[in-house]
Parts: sequence; structure tokens; C-alpha cells
Amino acid sequence: METQIERFTISIYTENNVGLLNRISAIFQRRHVNIESISSSASEIEAVSRFTILVAITEANMKKIIGQIEKQVEVIRAFYHTDEETIYQESCLFKISSDLLFDERQIQNIVKESNARIVTVNREFFVLEKSGRRHEVDLLYRELKPFGIMQFVRSGRIAVTKEKMNITHLLDKFTQE
Amino acid sequence: MNFNKETMQTETLISKDPIASECIRISGSEAIVRSLIAEGVDVLYGYPGGAIMPVYDALYHFKDQLHHVLTRHEQGATHAAQGYARISGKVGVAIATSGPGATNLVTGIADAQIDSTPLVCITGQVTSSLLGSDAFQETDIIGISTPVTKWNHQITKASEIPEVIAKAFYIARSGRPGPVLIDITKDAQFETLDFTYQKCTGIRSYSPEPQIDPLAINKAAALINKAKKPLVVWGQGVILSGAETAFKAVIEKAGLPSAWTILGASAIETSHPLNVGMVGMHGNYAPNILTNECDVLIAIGMRFDDRVTGHLESYARQAKVIHFEIDPAEINKNVTADVAVLGDAKKTLEALLPMLVQNTHESWRGRFAALYQIEYDEIIQKDLFPTKEGLTMGEVIHKINTFSKGDAAIVSDVGQHQMIACRYAKFRQTKSNITSGGLGTMGFALPAAIGAKMAAPEREVVAVIGDGGYQMTIQELGTIFQTKAAVKIVLLNNNFLGMVRQWQQLFFDKRYAATELINPDFGMIANAYHIPAQKVTVRADLDAAVMTMMAHDGPYFLEVVVAPEANVFPMIPSGASVSDIRLS
Repeated sequence: METQIERFTISIYTENNVGLLNRISAIFQRRHVNIESISSSASEIEAVSRFTILVAITEANMKKIIGQIEKQVEVIRAFYHTDEETIYQESCLFKISSDLLFDERQIQNIVKESNARIVTVNREFFVLEKSGRRHEVDLLYRELKPFGIMQFVRSGRIAVTKEKMNITHLLDKFTQE
Repeated sequence: MNFNKETMQTETLISKDPIASECIRISGSEAIVRSLIAEGVDVLYGYPGGAIMPVYDALYHFKDQLHHVLTRHEQGATHAAQGYARISGKVGVAIATSGPGATNLVTGIADAQIDSTPLVCITGQVTSSLLGSDAFQETDIIGISTPVTKWNHQITKASEIPEVIAKAFYIARSGRPGPVLIDITKDAQFETLDFTYQKCTGIRSYSPEPQIDPLAINKAAALINKAKKPLVVWGQGVILSGAETAFKAVIEKAGLPSAWTILGASAIETSHPLNVGMVGMHGNYAPNILTNECDVLIAIGMRFDDRVTGHLESYARQAKVIHFEIDPAEINKNVTADVAVLGDAKKTLEALLPMLVQNTHESWRGRFAALYQIEYDEIIQKDLFPTKEGLTMGEVIHKINTFSKGDAAIVSDVGQHQMIACRYAKFRQTKSNITSGGLGTMGFALPAAIGAKMAAPEREVVAVIGDGGYQMTIQELGTIFQTKAAVKIVLLNNNFLGMVRQWQQLFFDKRYAATELINPDFGMIANAYHIPAQKVTVRADLDAAVMTMMAHDGPYFLEVVVAPEANVFPMIPSGASVSDIRLS
């Protein structure tokens, strides 16, 4: 039996319907699987949504969960991929006191070196945005922490796959039939 | 037209043709009723209440076309709809109000989900402006029912009604069937719409039937043709796809000994020479033992439930496994398939048939016969033809077989009596074994029998129930009294929760915690509902009592007091291998 726990990025193409998030997350909950991150958005196809879910489980379990997700009436297709098979990013925002930007020269260096972007600055605070891999976001967090972070938020993973996803083809086929 | 109650009742009910070719302006509630009629629904089960009252008012106007059965509890409505669906193959319909009405449906819905029974449940919901406000009798039934439905949907606008109902019926009955719930806010029931009805024929994100892969059929045929010791285990998929004839042709041509899961029972007649009995925890000795000796295991429309496989890691490890299955999620879920044949069982079996080589497997089948003889001597004979004092459940089932000539549909509840009924009932017709298999819902049988009898009034329907489960839905005697549904009720009373007591005896050193029942006078309760009743306590009276019951025209109640501490054997203890099946 495969018992090795791996990290998988799940991509689910669905109809855009109320309650579908609940239906999908229930499949993980039933098997006592923790969702590390989840994000839902529009996809490249009009009126089709895309969920990106990150989990750490065995591949054997992953396959069973994919089967149970695909079985849902409003799910068009579901895929799972390893990190190597995807291009993925996370995004984060830091809210930091504006004084620090001027008083702590090092902060300016950190911002430059990390390729983070200053979104806004006012008298009280500035907001820093950074997109990248988890370890890059974590590194930036560790570097800024000593100076004091007023607020921090990080998004779930979003990912595109290296392989093609033939969703449009599937939908076209339905229309033709 | 603006809504007001008077117009709804008069002006809008001009045409009683449910599928009006022209668009008509009617209320949402009337659209619900017309949609049901358009789907061919002739009977539905339910219970009224505040949030579903407009639908009941519409039902009142259509009572000549759509028969509503008032159950005594909403759980009874779902089980009755299940019984209706299981015996007829049609979609069962249950309706209830919001809040407690809706939550009371949940057990039946969960039962239908795990046993793949097509149901459409309709619940009323508070007015849309009140959603989420903790309004009176508001409950999030969409949230609650999500994990136990194939699909669910909330309607807040009357204009959605025909399309959503059409979709609901399509989803419930297509592919692997299952329950669907539609929650309709009260304002959507009152609102008017321009009504036309079109049946649903497809949903782009949903492919109910996988395409058949001819290569998989080839591989399956090659394995079966090469097999020296093949074993078929079939499940309800054979019945759900109407594959009985194709199935029989396949096993007869290739000479395949075939065993059934509890829900597969009755797909072919019990007496068929290739029918080697039931697999699983209380199944027959031969098919369980030989599961671990066969060289090719051919699973057809079954899902390798843990009650079937016992300890998975020692289940049929020596065998090549072929899995015929409509639901791709079942492939490799519990048992890894060497060959997966996806598709509707009828179609895949029909494609398989011409590729099979004629065979009889005489000597291999001899193994089944020899092991059957051991089980017969050790268990079956004592169950069916006991000589000791104390009635057995088995002899009661045997008498039912005798007097029904195997033509009755047996609706069983859950527990010892269920295992005995499924082991010993003799079937000659398909869709005759109606029981709660996957969920194991006590209280299923009485209401399910009502639904079954209504769907197949020409058939004898015998509900076999234990004293525990009977009291979980005993109020449905009221439904029988009111509808005169001619259900024969056989109560096998051991004054115990027998199956749990058996486990306590075998695995908990006879500590009978909360399994002994002090029971009422069941005959008096039946009589209170004007149902004729009889009680048998000695063997000498059994024959006449069963005969009287079967001959009676109308509902009948027969209580048989059976030995209090009898056990069901054979038994695969929980977690043990199928080949470690115990005879005592």
C-alpha cells in the first residue's frame, strides 16, 4: 500500500453554483482530511469556476477523493498534481507602520531584495504585497517580524498545470451531442 | 397577474392537463404539482406543515391525478418512497415542510444515498427574505442534506421550478441512482410563473453513464474464459440496470457460480443452479470461503462494502478481480480491480456475452455444493426444521416461502431477522428483496412495505420486522389503517435487540447492556388500528397462522415469539477474513 504522504494541488472545474463549495469540502471532511488551503475563482472558460485545493495525503487516497469529487453532478472535471507538475504561487499582504519605512533603512532593503511591491503608503501605514512560493513569503515574514507587523494575510495557493486541461473540449462535446 | 389566494384557487386552475403545450400562468406550488405529474408520479408520501402548505393546497386540486399518502412521520414518507422505488424501479417522491419536517427526512435520504435508490424529496422553506434569520421552522436543509444527496438545490423564484424539478428527476434516476432534495421557499410557491414543462435529457457537467470500453470487455472475457475457478459476486447494479436477463445468460453460458450481496438478492431466482447464495458477514459458507480460493472474481454492480469483504487485506488476494461498475468512484475504492469494466451493467454484460466460451466448471461447482452441505447440516437444517423447543426465525421465513410460493416481496428491517430473512427467503421475481443494506436503518421495513405495496398492488408484500425496529416507526400502522395498504406484517419477537445482543454474547462476555426490551401487547396495538392480529408462541400453531395471514385480504399482523437468545450463523466476525467464517 502507498502510505507516503505527499502534497497535491487539486484543480476542480465546476459550474458556478451556490452550495458547491460545501459539497466539495464535505468530501474531505468525511475522510478526516485537512484542507491546507482552498481558493475559488473564475477559470479560463466563461461561467466555469475553478477550485484550487491544497492537501497532504497519500496518492491512493488522493485518487479516491478525486473520484468522489468528479462524481458530483456539478463538477466538470477534477485533477490532482504534484508540486513539480504545476506552476504555483501564493500572495500575501503586510500592513506596517509608516514610521518604520523611514526610520529603519533595512526595511527598504528587504523590500527591494524580496521583490515585494508597495501597494499604498499613507502617514500611518504602508502595505506591502508579495507573490511567490511559500518559502519566499515565509522568509519575508521572518525578516519583517522583528520590526513589528500590524497585519499579515496570506492567500491560498493558486496554480496552473504544465499539462493541458481539456475542459473546453469536454464542454464543446456536450454542446455538440 | 398579481398573487392573491382566491385567484390561485380559481382562475389559474383552468387546465388540468399537466403538460400544457402552451405556456400557462400559474403559481409556483401548482407548477410543482404539475411538474410531478409530468414526470409520471402517481403517488407521493408526505406530511404537511407551514412552509409547504401552498403545495398541499395545489395537491388538493389535483388529487384525482396525484395520490398523496399521509404518513405519520416524515421518516416514514422517505422510507415509503424508497419501498415504492425499490419494487418498481421508478423514482419515489416524498415531501415535507421546513425545519423538523425536513430534518426528519434525512435518515431516509441517507439510506437512499448509500443504497442507490432514486428519490426526489421536496421541502418547503421559509420565505426567502427570512433565510438565515433563524425564522420559525427554518433549518439549513441544503447544508444538512448535502453529504447524503446525489444533488440538492434551493429554489427562491417560481420561474426556476419546472427546470429544477426536471433536473431532479433526471439526476435521481440516471446513472447510479440516488436521492435528490429540492428546497423551495414559501414565496416561490406563492409567486406566479409562465409554466411549460420540458423533461431534462442531459446536464453538461454530469455524465451518468461512462462510455463502454471494448478493450475492457475483451480483457474481462479473456480472463473469464481462462478461469478455472471463477466466482461472480453480483449486487444491486444488476437490478438497477435491468440486467437480469443478460446476467443470467452470461453466467449460464460460462457456467459461473454466482453469489449475491444483500441488495443483489432476487435478481435471479433463488433456486437457480448457479445461485450459490449470499456473501458477507452472515452470508453463506461456500461463497465466503471460496472467495479466497477463486482464481477470477467477477464483481458486477456491487461496491465491496466492508460487510461483504471482511478484512480487506486478506480478501481474494489470490484472485484476478474484474469489476463491472457504473460509478467510476467505486473502482479501486476498496478492492483493486485488475480489469475495470465501466458502464451500465445491462450493456456491458450484453457486450460480454458473445465473447464468452461455453463452460460448466463442474468440479469447481462441486466445491460449492460440498460446503453448502456442511452449512446445511450445521445450521440451515436447524434453522428451518428445528426440533428443539423455541421457534426459530428461519422456520417462520420458511413458512412464508411455502405459502407465498416464492412470489412475495420481502421487506425486512435491520438486525437478526433481516439476515435470516435474506438468507432464507426464496425469490422467483426480481426486485423482491427490499431492505436497508448500506445504512442499516432500523424502522425501515414498515413504511417501506407500504410504499412497495402501493407501487405493486398485485404483489404480496410481507414486512419481516424485529421487535426493536418495529417500534421505531410503529406509528405507520396509522398509514396502513388509513390507506388500507394490504401489507402483511410479521413481527419476529425475541424481546431483545437481537443482533446487538448476539455481539454482546460473543464479544462482550454476555454483558447485555440496554438490549433487553420490555414490550407492549403488539396485538392490541394492531387491533387499535383495526388490523387483524395473531400471536404464535408454539410451533404447532405456526403453519395455520401463516396460512391465515397469507389468505387474508387486507393488512394483517402476525407476531411470532421466537427463542430469545438465538444467534445468526454463519458469521464473519468484524475485522476477520471471509475465509475465517464461523459456523458456531
